Amino acid sequence: MPTVHFTANLASQTSAPICQMDGATVREALNAVFTQHPTLRSYVLDDQGAVRQHVVVFVDGTAITDRQKQADAVKPNSEIFVMQALSGG
Amino acid sequence: MSTKLYLGTRKGLIEAERSAAGWRITRNSFLGVQVPMLLPDARDGTLYAAVEHGHFGTKFHASHDAGANWEERACPAFPPKPEDAPKVLNMADQQPIPWDLKKIWALEAGAADGELWCGTLPGALFHSLDSGASWRLVESLWNDPGRAKWMGGGAEWPGIHTILVDPRNRHRLLIGVSCGGVWESTDNGATWRNIGEGIRAEFMPPDQAYDPGIQDPHRIAWSAADPDTIWMQHHNGIFHSTDGGQKWREITHANPSNFGFAVAMHPQDSQTAWFVPGIKDELRVPCDGALCVMRTRDGGQTFEPLRQGLPQEHAYHLVYRHCLDVTGDGRTLAFGSTTGSVWISENGGDSWERLSADLPPIYCVRFG
Repeated sequence: MPTVHFTANLASQTSAPICQMDGATVREALNAVFTQHPTLRSYVLDDQGAVRQHVVVFVDGTAITDRQKQADAVKPNSEIFVMQALSGG
Repeated sequence: MSTKLYLGTRKGLIEAERSAAGWRITRNSFLGVQVPMLLPDARDGTLYAAVEHGHFGTKFHASHDAGANWEERACPAFPPKPEDAPKVLNMADQQPIPWDLKKIWALEAGAADGELWCGTLPGALFHSLDSGASWRLVESLWNDPGRAKWMGGGAEWPGIHTILVDPRNRHRLLIGVSCGGVWESTDNGATWRNIGEGIRAEFMPPDQAYDPGIQDPHRIAWSAADPDTIWMQHHNGIFHSTDGGQKWREITHANPSNFGFAVAMHPQDSQTAWFVPGIKDELRVPCDGALCVMRTRDGGQTFEPLRQGLPQEHAYHLVYRHCLDVTGDGRTLAFGSTTGSVWISENGGDSWERLSADLPPIYCVRFG
């Protein structure tokens, strides 16, 4: 199952451990994480469920393209990284 | 007399405390993260803080021990945008107003235990009945057709920066919107009315200058002793109301300037108010490089600049709208600047002492 990693800065603000979660898309994998760590959702997604403006999500090294619904596909062995964008720094 | 002062800053929440030796800075929380708004709730001693992460958005925290320990509460959030929601554009640039919290810009205690009101950018009002465990968008205001005229003032989107809860009738609220004027509710937010006859906007075409729905009140303050008497520091002037905000009179003889952001009223004396003037909109620095607080003690007939203890040459301090506060006795005042200085007066503004010149830009100043 895909592995989800969060930037260390996020983990310093709220519970954001490395997780292995079922999911065929980024949204499915993230939702599975948020079910276990509900506070984390608003740190990654905005009020309408889009990836926050200054957060970037990578799947196997490539930034996802569907920032609104995170429908980008993931493979069982994918590595998902939730990072902070330099734009927000 | 209050002995605690809380500062929301660009780099966290900073506390100061009064002891026999005077005021000194004692602690910081949320180091490195913006704190645009905070509320020391006098009802039960809870300290609330809006914490705005550059990457991860705004969060809402509460402390039961005056800032020693914090717990995260729910943050106001917009509900899912209905597909058939009418598109509301920011009037000035014709861009859609987002259904997404950008900044907490006002936070006040309501009438009931645990009741809180929160104003945000974009311009929305949120209501909590459980000390911030949950929030509800005040849809009556969000859906008001008058919102279509609102526009950003200083910020990209319009925002609610002032919430006044009438101590005589705690179901009566006044809110200030930049830019969207003054709105009144007499039923605890169920319905709203845009008020403000006589407020003038220089930034609009002449035929719309007195439209109450596009005004830019930088900050509105009333006296707890007489909430019908209200002062407004507006984008292009100072306005005064003695009928609860229905009608306003423009002040054109303030000394040294009619421009600024902050205003505070004496809690017991409705004739006394304080402002922190700058030169003008397009020159947001102290007049002649000399910082002062401006005070009226006769309901706006005369104004006096208070300068003792404040830098009087080469001063570039700008004081934002939430950065001037006064204690309940009307004696102790504090204000903080974008250049990281905070001054305190314990004699109604007659003289000032600088708490620090080394702080981050100050966003919010409140006594606890």
